[in-house]
Amino acid sequence: MSIDRYPEKQVRITGIGQSEVGRPSRRTALALTMDACLEAIAEAGLKPSDIDGITTYPGPIADPKGFSPVGATETMIALGLEPTWVGASAEGHAHMGAIFSAIQAIASGLCRHVLIFRTVAQASAAARSNQSAGQANLMGGNKGSARVGGGMAWSVPFNAISPITVNALYAQAYFDKYGATSAQLGAIAVNGRKMAALNPKAVFRDKPLTIEDYLASRLISTPLRLYDCDIPVDGSTAILLSHKDVAGDLAQPPIEIESMGMSLGGLGVGRHVGDFTSFPSDKAGEMLWSRTDLTPADVDVAQIYDGFSILTLLWLESMKLCGRGEAAAFVEGGTRIGLDGELPLNTSGGQLSAGRLHGYGHTYEACLQLWGRAGDRQVTDAKVCAVSNGGFGYGALLLKRG
Amino acid sequence: MTNGEARDGGTAPPPRAPIQFSRQLPEIEPETAFFWSAGAEGRLLISHCDACDYYIHPPLPRCPKCGTEAVAPKAVSGKGRVASYTINIQQWLPGMPTPFVFAAVELAEQRELYVLTNIEGCALDAVRIGMPVEVGFQQQEDVYLPIFHPAEATHVD
Repeated sequence: MSIDRYPEKQVRITGIGQSEVGRPSRRTALALTMDACLEAIAEAGLKPSDIDGITTYPGPIADPKGFSPVGATETMIALGLEPTWVGASAEGHAHMGAIFSAIQAIASGLCRHVLIFRTVAQASAAARSNQSAGQANLMGGNKGSARVGGGMAWSVPFNAISPITVNALYAQAYFDKYGATSAQLGAIAVNGRKMAALNPKAVFRDKPLTIEDYLASRLISTPLRLYDCDIPVDGSTAILLSHKDVAGDLAQPPIEIESMGMSLGGLGVGRHVGDFTSFPSDKAGEMLWSRTDLTPADVDVAQIYDGFSILTLLWLESMKLCGRGEAAAFVEGGTRIGLDGELPLNTSGGQLSAGRLHGYGHTYEACLQLWGRAGDRQVTDAKVCAVSNGGFGYGALLLKRG
Repeated sequence: MTNGEARDGGTAPPPRAPIQFSRQLPEIEPETAFFWSAGAEGRLLISHCDACDYYIHPPLPRCPKCGTEAVAPKAVSGKGRVASYTINIQQWLPGMPTPFVFAAVELAEQRELYVLTNIEGCALDAVRIGMPVEVGFQQQEDVYLPIFHPAEATHVD
């Protein structure tokens, strides 16, 4: 199949929306969702009645509370949509799975305009239950006498009940193999905080962080520290995808989806491969670059997943934005990943400093950059943005100004 | 004073019981029961494909390499090396004993045959990637958790 017939080539991003981001917000999760969705629809110059597809990641989940409080069904009803196509799944390529499904639905002709959203309300859920930020995301251990089943049964009985403890295995092995240091890894957190100062919506916009602060912060699970962890927030992000044949008639210059890449690994079910210095995200990166004539040198700005800082290092290598084992040295000092550097990184502040909008903050920021609407943190003449999401399932997008 | 010890006089308030922390145990499921119970006999059992001599962990109903159902639990040596580790310092829940070492141990029988576990029986900061370890078992209810310790007789008081 020629490249121009790939499904992602039939689809454009035509609108984005984002609610207020709170720690916590006083608005309900459904209200935040509607704020984001209505903004995305209006930005495209459309009405809710024009929307014929809707999806979300991962769909409504009861536990942990606030992780995904709003599903596609109630959003459909709240917005008065009558979609032809609805899809949502917690399975698959994690955060971007919903975007990939929407691309396929549009390219196959099932629908023309798909609204995709991701809503989190973990800050208010934690506040209501007197939980710490770290407790808000536990994968087990907190169920009284009940036992743990499924994939988590391989780590939870050994008291690895927070995702950081599993991710720390990768950080330690990466440090050992490549001689990476905490001062190098800390550059991810410090860079995010610098960017956040320029983002009015970032929850940590007024809290400067130096590398000295980072190195003095408490260890959570060695070698990872407090500032290597992202921040639970309340907020909703919406992204509107449209078929290319109708995208040109809308209010925004359509953003092209140059290519997509996806893969899935076994981390969530206790199966690890390799030597703990790379992720199955490598396959997503390979797929991404196999579907485009562009090369990593063409990327002007990158929004790389930072649920934990170590994920950013591994993803930079999976995305071939750095060579194997070279990401830590690349980010050291922050110059190359700053706004004036060769690869401005996580320009919203990312999840570490803007808040855990759970992948969708990265895609939203990519669109702002490509539309030239990123304000004080705008990367000059940004034409191509690489985006990646995921720690257990993996998705990557290469977005291009049309 | 031991918690729950009888006290004279009866006027002082009873001591507050320390928060008891138990590991959250795995459900014993048909596919995994052998792994969690074989420690009663001091054995570590790992699912193994007899057709292509391949160990599978976590266990699966068919061999992912050859697709046959010739998979059955097989005793392994219980020896291996630390593939990676972390010292978890944050106390996630009240009473949780911290710090502790969480690790992936690569079993001696096969490359990349990893078991997630704790490393005990040595100083926390003595754990290194590549360190030889061997299995022991800790019983809690009907579960025998495989917990590894350094293979050499390096006792640390």
